Amino acid sequence: MRVCITSDGQGLDAPVNPSFGRAPYFLFVDEETLATEAVKNAPGAHGAGVQAAQTVASKGANVMITGNVGPNAHQGLTAAGIEIYVGAKGTVKEALQDYRAGRLTRADAPTAGGHGRRMV
Amino acid sequence: MRIAIASGKGGTGKTTIAVNLALSLVEREPVQFIDCDVEEPNAHIFLKPRIEQVRSVEKLLPEVDESLCNQCGECAKACEFNAIAVIGKKVLVYNELCHGCGLCKMVCPTGAISEVPHELGVVESGEARGFPFSRGLLNIGEAMATPIVHTLKEGLDPDRLAILDAPPGTGCPTIAALHGADVALLVTEPTPFGLHDLKAAVGVARSLKLPIAVIINRNGIGDDRVERYCKQEGLPIPLRIPFDREIAVLYSEGTPLVDALPAWKERFIHLYHEIISQVGEGAASVASGFMPDDLNRRRTQGATVHAAEDVPAVDIGPNEGPKKGEAG
Repeated sequence: MRVCITSDGQGLDAPVNPSFGRAPYFLFVDEETLATEAVKNAPGAHGAGVQAAQTVASKGANVMITGNVGPNAHQGLTAAGIEIYVGAKGTVKEALQDYRAGRLTRADAPTAGGHGRRMV
Repeated sequence: MRIAIASGKGGTGKTTIAVNLALSLVEREPVQFIDCDVEEPNAHIFLKPRIEQVRSVEKLLPEVDESLCNQCGECAKACEFNAIAVIGKKVLVYNELCHGCGLCKMVCPTGAISEVPHELGVVESGEARGFPFSRGLLNIGEAMATPIVHTLKEGLDPDRLAILDAPPGTGCPTIAALHGADVALLVTEPTPFGLHDLKAAVGVARSLKLPIAVIINRNGIGDDRVERYCKQEGLPIPLRIPFDREIAVLYSEGTPLVDALPAWKERFIHLYHEIISQVGEGAASVASGFMPDDLNRRRTQGATVHAAEDVPAVDIGPNEGPKKGEAG
């Protein structure tokens, strides 16, 4: 499985970034080998969630781990058949451990209101 | 001439100024009133217009024929707003991000994209207190207000003095309302918030190269920083409205100031003369300053605005339409 985690940096010890569309990096991790690939996120002024979903989908992730996911991003990731897990915190490595231990919540619906806003 | 009343900060008294200016001038000048605050119009509460016509305002959304689409992704690459995405075998269109520009259709090499109209809101027009009145209403759930403001401005009568009640803020809908005006009246209050947002509004008006006059509402509260700022920036303050219980009560009852306190009429007429002297005699004739507006034109091409539809005339008053607890 190829897992993508939103992060502040490029390695497994980097902190998880809780935002999906405007996270600084997407860190792709091979679940078996723990080999990583960091992709710098360059969101535009509009539609960051949509853009990010396309980036993650084009890199062939199976699972997305982040803090929250808005409606546009959720729709895009779901269209790509990517499973979304939210509530990740700590380092990338810790988030990966939480995911494997089943401690993260699977997001079958958006968990943020878009633009990083809380759901109302 | 077009006078746009804007503020930056919401609730400073734009509608109070716009409504009372119109009512003070109606006996002297042919006026028309346009409520451009399409997200929360409130001038109807004071002017109680009779609406005679309602037009639908639409934008064109892309529709993808999946049998023709080869998922090349050119549409997604071209879209500045990320309103169309190609993910795997699927093309997703995000309605609220789409600006309806049609670029995706133009770049599609297989002709898979067509455009379908989508209603954003309506423009209502009619008559209030002896002058033409129009307002826009953005549909609930829609994010894009500017096409409605543009449509409102297309309906302007070039032979009448236009009083445009702009939306609060300094974003696209406000810029759409201010664009093409001859003068910006910026309404503020003498508080730190008022000053902060006044500065933003001055920035927008200056970018649009509009002459600016500042009106201080609720004068007497806060501090003198707005006065000092205006002096420093060379911005005239042709009208100050005091923080006064009687004025607030009238406002809360939906009664225009000049109806209950006719002495205010002279002050608004004075304001008008100050504006004229500032923008120059050239712009003061009602027909001038009515420049062709490319920004406005663009949206009506491609049948985004449907033909006016006659509807039974209705009176709208304080109990109908969106309510607003502030002067917006």
